[in-house]
Parts: sequence; structure tokens; C-alpha cells
Amino acid sequence: MLTISNLTVFYGAIQALDSISLEVNQGEIVTMIGANGAGKSTTIRSISGLVRPRSGEIIFEGKPIQELPAHEIVKIGIGQSPEGRRVFANMTVRENLELGAYTRLQKKVEVSSDIEKMFTLFPRLKERERQSAGTLSGGEQQMLAIGRALMTRPRLLLLDEPSLGLAPFLVQSIFQIIRDINRQGVTVLLVEQNANQALRIANRGYVLETGNVVLAESAENLLKNDDVRKAYLGE
Amino acid sequence: MQALLQNLIYGVQLGSLYALIALGYTMVYGVLGLINFAHGDVYMVGAYVGFYACTKWLPFQDISVHPEAAWHNLGMAFITLMLAILLCAALGMLIERFAYRPLRNGLKDLDAHFWGFVIALPLTAKFITIASPFGLISFIGVGIVVGYVMRPLIKHLASRIKLTSSRLNALITAIGVSLLLENGGILLFGANPNFIPNLLPERKFNLPGGISVQSGQMAILAVSLFLMISLRYIVLYTKPGKAMRAISYDIEAAKLMGIDTDRVISFTFAIGAGLAGAGGAMVAAFTHIKITPLFGLQPGLKAFVAAVLGGAGNIPGAVLGGILMGVAEAFVAGSKYVSYRDAIAFCLLILVLLFRPSGLLGKNVVEKV
Ligand SMILES: Nc1ncnc2c1ncn2[C@@H]1O[C@H](COP(=O)(O)OP(=O)(O)O)[C@@H](O)[C@H]1O
Ligand SMILES: [Mg+2]
Repeated sequence: MLTISNLTVFYGAIQALDSISLEVNQGEIVTMIGANGAGKSTTIRSISGLVRPRSGEIIFEGKPIQELPAHEIVKIGIGQSPEGRRVFANMTVRENLELGAYTRLQKKVEVSSDIEKMFTLFPRLKERERQSAGTLSGGEQQMLAIGRALMTRPRLLLLDEPSLGLAPFLVQSIFQIIRDINRQGVTVLLVEQNANQALRIANRGYVLETGNVVLAESAENLLKNDDVRKAYLGE
Repeated sequence: MQALLQNLIYGVQLGSLYALIALGYTMVYGVLGLINFAHGDVYMVGAYVGFYACTKWLPFQDISVHPEAAWHNLGMAFITLMLAILLCAALGMLIERFAYRPLRNGLKDLDAHFWGFVIALPLTAKFITIASPFGLISFIGVGIVVGYVMRPLIKHLASRIKLTSSRLNALITAIGVSLLLENGGILLFGANPNFIPNLLPERKFNLPGGISVQSGQMAILAVSLFLMISLRYIVLYTKPGKAMRAISYDIEAAKLMGIDTDRVISFTFAIGAGLAGAGGAMVAAFTHIKITPLFGLQPGLKAFVAAVLGGAGNIPGAVLGGILMGVAEAFVAGSKYVSYRDAIAFCLLILVLLFRPSGLLGKNVVEKV
């Protein structure tokens, strides 16, 4: 579904990605783990068209997308819940979800029914429907960020550190929800610091170190790998 | 008491005009974090559109000779207003497209060509008079050719300078565009002041208490209020309005919603410039003020102060700031300190910024450096 080959990204003079390649197949949950600054967010942001690669290719369903503007990439079916959630704090929960459906806002009935679906997935958001997003707790904001990304009706969902800064019981439910979303047919590329949890729900994983892919294996094997256990699972 | 009320009315009318211009500053600041110093010059262009429409383009009739033509002229005045809004909106979009967008997305061939064209204008204007259609066509033709020739040079220069959307770059660009419009105005409209003669019937209404209002003043106030209310509706309830609010909060998150941010930014410039253009045309038509290509400087600066006063990026704040400044100015102008009328704006600004650095209605956020 998504194939990245030899992607190299610079921020000014700083190299963030050094010719990385990775692949996500239809229906999978693929996770990308790695220390802070390894280049996980940069990969995600390149896929969404928020940063322009210096070289390399990003192919989605057979079409190169690395030159497309960000809003076109959303339209062809790639949604993202960004690192740090970045909900529109000055708008209500409902308005945030509506913005996710920006490209089809005129279809009011369809949008409303999609919002209802989000409320079944995240009942907490229903209770907070008319509240401004800035007043939500961290966990609720994360749910809103995911819900908002789902409102773009993605076939591939990019999640950048969805469990960051959440209480342990919330982390559990976020991972449960990611699994549910995947079961409903959405392919997921999941970036996580919480490698343990991420590898448990993922099919495959990539380990990034300073802009390079150093390991690419099934999640099962990565969980067993000694280096991974030492470096990312705290053992 | 009578003088007080009279000053208040004048102040609110003046303030509604500042508010109208301030809205453009604040909306652009909201979406891009950029102070568009060329905005006051768009107001000037609006005044010239008013001038040309009233004296050359449209069949206004002299009401001192044909008093019965009042309604006809009123209709023409409405068309003038529409023309000013549309042409200035187009100018605003042009400024955004060629001056500010390359700072965000890089300088493309078309941008380089455009700037080559602009550089060619004053040179060609020396040799070709644009009054005839043939002159205009050859003028544009020469511009296009020169633009094409200059393209590689401009692209080369742009690659030597780092084009980034840093605040300093944006500020320098804004000042450049402002100078370009002012000097372009001198080239195109001439440096001599022009004014619009009496085309509309002007009445003075006497209200109880010895207060009087002029019909022209009231028209400016009414049209400004109408435009501001329309803007509020657009921003709160329409699709591009929602996109504008999303962009002003977080432009990247807005892109992830599928919002074509370049288009919405262009729309924002169009609206802001259209409002300023309406203000310029109304002032030119109703107050018969002498207009020159530098005539946007003073009101532009005051409207900028009004936007900061209310809280940059905050739409109701711009309206509040504008009205406040208009009223303050009216009271100073009506007192014995009349020579300080232009200074009061800046005194107010210093006072407000001392106590509320983010403006009256602005959120108290610490500016990231
Ligand atoms: N906007 C930026 N400007 C400059 N350098 C950046 C920027 N964003 C990230 N970097 C650098 O790029 C590298 C990769 O960052 P990032 O992709 O955010 O890593 P991760 O998400 O894995 O923590 C880091 O060295 C980081 O400092
Ligand atoms: Mg990151």
C-alpha cells in the first residue's frame, strides 16, 4: 500500500533521514520505534507532505506522492494524528471533528453520521461535544486528535506517539482503540516510544536510529530481539 | 454635552473606518503571523478606484445641474463601491501570490517572471505611453519579454538569499511591497492630488440637542458596519471561515484536515484588501479629501495601531481598537490640543501595551523567539 524508498530529508543543514526505506501493506499495523530524534516524526511528516524530502520516493497505492501538497495527500486517503495532538483548542470538540471532514462539509447528513460513529468509538467525546477542545484532558485530546484524523476517512492512518504523556490505564485503552480501528479496515502506521505496547499490537516493526533503519522484522521477532529489549524495552 | 455627543458621533464614524482597515491587518496576522504593511496602500488604491470610477469610468451626472439625477448617481456609487472591493481584493490576492507565497513555498518560474515584469514597468513607462490601447498592449508585451529575460537572474538572486518565512524576511517584503505600490501609484496616477467633486446629494440632519450628522458620514458608518457584520458571518459560519480559524490556530494541523491553506490564505488577503478598498473609495467619494499615492500611509499606520491595540489576530479586537482610536482622535481634535490628533493613536498604543502587552482582547501568550 505504502512504499518508501531511499527517503532523505534535511532541515536546513541538519540531516534527519538518511535514505530510509520501508513498506506498509494493506490491513497491517506497522510500528516505527526509536529514541528521541531518530527521525520517526520526520518520516511521518514526509508522508503527509508537511516536509519535502531532498531525495527518494514515497509511493501510495502505486502513485508517487512526495510532490503532492499536504491537503491532496489527505484527499487520497492518508490521515495523520500528529505528535503532541495539536487539536484546535479554540474550537469545540464537534467543530474539531467537523474540520476533519473539511473536504466534504457540504454533505451535512453524511458528516453528522460520521461524527456519531466517532462518538461510539470515543464515548468520552460525546459528553464533551460542545466543550472547547482546550479544556479537555490529555487523554481526551488524544482521542479527539485520532477521531479528527479518522474523519478524513483515511485508508492509511499515521499515528505519531498517541500514548505520549497519558496515564497508564489510558495508554491501554488507546492501544485497544487502535486495534479496533485497524479491524475496521484501516491500515495503521504507528510511531511509538512505548515500544513494548506498540510491538504487541503490530504485525511488523522498524527500528530507527539517527535517521537510519537498523532493524526491520516481524513484531514478534523484535520483541524477542536482545538488542531491542535492552535499548527500547528497558530490560 | 452637545459637543461631547457631536465628537462621539464623529469619532465612531472615523473609528469604523479605522476598524475596516484594521480588520485586514488582523486577519492576515492571524493566518500568517505577518504584518502586511502594504495594506494601507491597498486602501489608497481603493480611493483611486473610487476617483476613476466617479470621474472617468462611470456616467455620474452633475447634481448641481441635474438635481433629479440623485438616484442615478446613488446607483453608480454602489457600483463604484463594488468595483473598489473587487479590484482591491484582486490586488490583495496578487500581493499574496507573488510577494508572500514565495517566502513560504519557494520562488517558482512564474514568480520570477512576474517580478521581471514588474521591474520592466518603470523602464517601459518612460518610452511608451499607456493611454492608448495599442500603448497598453505593447507595454504589457515588453513587460512579458523583459520578465522572461530577467527570470534566470531573479532565480539566481533568490537562490543566493535564503528565502524563508522568517519574520524579518516577511517584514522586509511587506515594506518592499508598500514602497512598490506607493511609487507605482505615482507612476500610474501621478503625484498630484486629486479629489472627487460633489456627486451625491449631501444633507445635514439636525438631531435634537443641537447635534447634526452628515449623510456622507452616516453612509460610511452604515456600510462599514454592514461589511463588518458580513465578515463576522463569514468567519464564524462559512467553510473558508472555519478554515481561516483553523489555520490561524495551527497551520500544519489545518493541512492535515485537507484544507488547501494557500487558497484560504489567498481568500483572507482578498477579504482584507476588499474591506480596505471599500474604505478608501468611500472616504474619497464622501469626504472629498485630496488623494495622493501616499495617502494610505497615515490611515494605514493608525489602523495597524488599532489592530495591535485590540490584540493582533483578534477580529472583534480590531473593531474595538478602531472605534476606540477614532473616538480618542475625535476628542483630541475637538479640544484645544487639536495639533496632537495624530499623536493620540501612539499614546494609546504605548499605554495599552504597557498594561496589556497582547492588546485589549488578545490572549496573553508569550511570544516565542
Ligand atoms: N523543524 C526542525 N528543524 C530542525 N531540525 C529538526 C526539526 N524537526 C526535527 N529536527 C531534527 O531532526 C531529527 C529527527 O527528528 P524527529 O523526526 O522529530 O525525531 P523523532 O520523532 O524520532 O523524535 C532530530 O535530530 C531533530 O533535532
Ligand atoms: Mg517525534
